[in-house]
Amino acid sequence: MSTISREEVAHLARLARLEVTDDELDAFAGQLDVILESMKTLGEVDTDGVQPTSHAVPLVNVFREDRPQPSLPRDAVLAGGPDTAEDRFRVPRILDEEA
Amino acid sequence: MSDRIIDKYAVELAADIREGRLSAVEVTTAFLDRIAAVDGTVKAFLHVDREGALATAAEVDAARAAGEELGPLAGVPIAVKDVVVTKGLPTTAASKILEGWIPPYDATIVERLKAAKMPILGKTNLDEFAMGSSTEYSAYQQTANPWDTGRIPGGSGGGSAAAVAAKMAPLAIGTDTGGSIRQPGAVTGTFGGKPTYGSNSRYGLIAFSSSLDTPGPVSRTAVDGALLHEVISGHDPRDSTSIDAPVPPVFEAARLGARGDLSGVKLGVVKEFAEGTDAAEPGVVAAYEAGVEQLVKLGAEIIEVSCPSFTYALPTYYLIAPSEASSNLARYDGVRYGLRTGDDGERGLEEVMSLTREAGFGPEVKRRIILGTYALSAGYVDAFYGKAQKVRTLIKQDFEKAFEQVDALISPTTPFTAFKFGERTGDPYQMYLADLYTIPSNLYGGPGVSVPVGLSEGMPVGLQVMGPVMGDDITYRVAAALETTQEPLLADTAPDIHANVRFTSFSEGGK
Repeated sequence: MSTISREEVAHLARLARLEVTDDELDAFAGQLDVILESMKTLGEVDTDGVQPTSHAVPLVNVFREDRPQPSLPRDAVLAGGPDTAEDRFRVPRILDEEA
Repeated sequence: MSDRIIDKYAVELAADIREGRLSAVEVTTAFLDRIAAVDGTVKAFLHVDREGALATAAEVDAARAAGEELGPLAGVPIAVKDVVVTKGLPTTAASKILEGWIPPYDATIVERLKAAKMPILGKTNLDEFAMGSSTEYSAYQQTANPWDTGRIPGGSGGGSAAAVAAKMAPLAIGTDTGGSIRQPGAVTGTFGGKPTYGSNSRYGLIAFSSSLDTPGPVSRTAVDGALLHEVISGHDPRDSTSIDAPVPPVFEAARLGARGDLSGVKLGVVKEFAEGTDAAEPGVVAAYEAGVEQLVKLGAEIIEVSCPSFTYALPTYYLIAPSEASSNLARYDGVRYGLRTGDDGERGLEEVMSLTREAGFGPEVKRRIILGTYALSAGYVDAFYGKAQKVRTLIKQDFEKAFEQVDALISPTTPFTAFKFGERTGDPYQMYLADLYTIPSNLYGGPGVSVPVGLSEGMPVGLQVMGPVMGDDITYRVAAALETTQEPLLADTAPDIHANVRFTSFSEGGK
């Protein structure tokens, strides 16, 4: 029995904003199934009372002085954008979209 | 000593430049010419910056002429993996989604290379966003292994490793999230070091998995790698995970190791690596075991240690890294940089975003984004991502317990030598196995280096040395000591791409 279905992969791709093709869905579903199958082995590990590690080296609350810093030149940053207008990044419309 | 500039080690080149035997422009020109001659075959570089490199070299020569004191690597050229941003130089992460992007700033480690007056030769190829073990997932080109051009150079940093192996650069920068410096080092017969996580700044590294990504050195010898390590290491206030502590004395440690004495050093062999499905292929085991015998002859004591949770390192990694990647790669939305597809004035933002990401990302990146999205989705997050974080704690504890008994752990770097193109791309899980032995150090955060140890059917095998957090020095010491048992140095015996002249020189200076 497979861990992940083609439909689930399609749903995840939508959540991740990937317009995947039918061929990709076929390939990914099988491949992800193999990968997820190997991950099930983690279920064997007794982790009761074990604290999770989110970072290799524990550091907390690194602050810097709250002082204005120079930022990158506006034109240099805008130059990297695919479309700019009036010193801003131009974006496609965001209203009237389907949810 | 060899007459060819490109055969020299970084330490020799630095001394030659400092002492006026060679100019930095001569040195840089020699490597640029080498790139022009052989990179058509190897395809290690995505971008070569001839002018910029020569300009830096000329500055070094002018500084020397003016009587200025030169830094330890001044004038020694370097190649930089294309996942590290370079101001004014294209940076793609080998992805179509960043094609044509010119970063407006330098990564901290690039700033440090520039401050050290090291000419930057260009940007090297990698698996897209550093996800892969063969560099075959680059959206631009396939990089060949200089030892056999029908085989992969490892990954993700195959470009940096192949550039150094083919003597197109004496040094290179790599990044290591699960083995991307060490595994390419092993399969190309070069040295590669993953420093302690947090000891080298991630500022300006295009993020893949933020709790694991670590930049580090690629070279032919441990001494050269150590010198580069010291140039790029150290606290950076712009990276909030950067460790504010002195850099371990890796250069001194490598020098010590190069004396060929490991008396009193205790090396742990991980019992679980040798068992069952985790076992390496026989040729790799044979080369590795011969290396272990050499380490014993140098005076090291070998102790078997048990790290039972290492068995779970691979699935743990493939939950944590893709989870972080799916979140990090959300920034490629077709708005602020790179590609935008399907913006016809009618389509809305989300549709344009989906079309852009579909067109801009390759198959492995998509797989990992989907995998990460799955592991983080409601209902699964505790069972997958949360569970993996707990197992990560157990892996860390295994390391800590092991280091109560031994100074460092050793293993083969990767279970198999360089495979042929296309052999593993159809089965992602088979590709993932390449990092079986390197992943534990990333999850733990400690340092690991790969040093060439021998050949298996003519292809290089690497030995990995893993150290405790901020104990990078011991890994360099052991690696440099192992190099003293090779004459000529294994890294110097790669077949010349233009196989007309075969150089088998051996030089004391670089050891």
